[in-house]
Amino acid sequence: MHALDLGLIDFMQAYSLQKDCVREVQEGAGERILSCEHPTVITQGRSSRPEHLLVGIDQLREQGIPVLNIDRGGDVTLHTPGQLVVYPIVDLRRRGRDLKVYIRLLEQAAIDLLRDLHIDARRHPPHTGVWVNDRKIASLGIGVSKWIAYHGIALNISPDLRLFSLIRPCGLDVRMTSVCDLTGVEMDVDWIKQTFTEHLFRLFK
Amino acid sequence: MHELVLPQLGEGIEKATVAVWHVRSGDIIKSQDDVVEVVTDKATFYVPAGAEGRLQEICAPAGAEVAVGQVLARISPLEKA
Repeated sequence: MHALDLGLIDFMQAYSLQKDCVREVQEGAGERILSCEHPTVITQGRSSRPEHLLVGIDQLREQGIPVLNIDRGGDVTLHTPGQLVVYPIVDLRRRGRDLKVYIRLLEQAAIDLLRDLHIDARRHPPHTGVWVNDRKIASLGIGVSKWIAYHGIALNISPDLRLFSLIRPCGLDVRMTSVCDLTGVEMDVDWIKQTFTEHLFRLFK
Repeated sequence: MHELVLPQLGEGIEKATVAVWHVRSGDIIKSQDDVVEVVTDKATFYVPAGAEGRLQEICAPAGAEVAVGQVLARISPLEKA
């Protein structure tokens, strides 16, 4: 398993790369963890409802914010610079063929990373994701083809949280938060990226 | 006739919702083709055909909630020339 830092990359470019990686892993190549940030984009997963977009698509396009329907589970979310997006491309046949166990593993990696930053983050059943008190700090949505998982988890480091007012994140009436929002400190994104990846490597073993 | 059923997706996952069919009745399909996406919680799962043949009937249309083991579609063998 190896890590690939894609830096700031257009969502669809990263998606295309993910699909290539899925094919390669299906054919026996090594699993990998892609991490990146995206220019502002709204994505709608397979459970999205149109009313969870709080601003018209035309208005969003005028603001330069594309709205994309994609093959991941979950509702609507937003990606923007300052949010770390991690796409593990992993073979779930080696991990029990269990979608819930895998999702819980991604949540755990985020919880463990946030603990390193002295942030007490937790799950909030029955909802998926990672929360600090009543605010959401990480969202998840995965796709699985031939038991190879892709898409993944988005963790708010220092995004412009005002952008989340454009949507009903994950279909919930929830306030989003970030590492910067909670600590008042601008974090070293590269350190966070590396540490998050290390937690994933550990949990995937 | 091959019956495509909703496979086991994990402990405690008893059902899923059909999200998108990527084939239509009458289409010729291969065993490894991802023919339908089903959604459970935060995951979309591509179900492969599991058999080569012609998609005879979609038994669970988009939007339908299906239980693990429930038939999603029926695939008939290709007619021999």
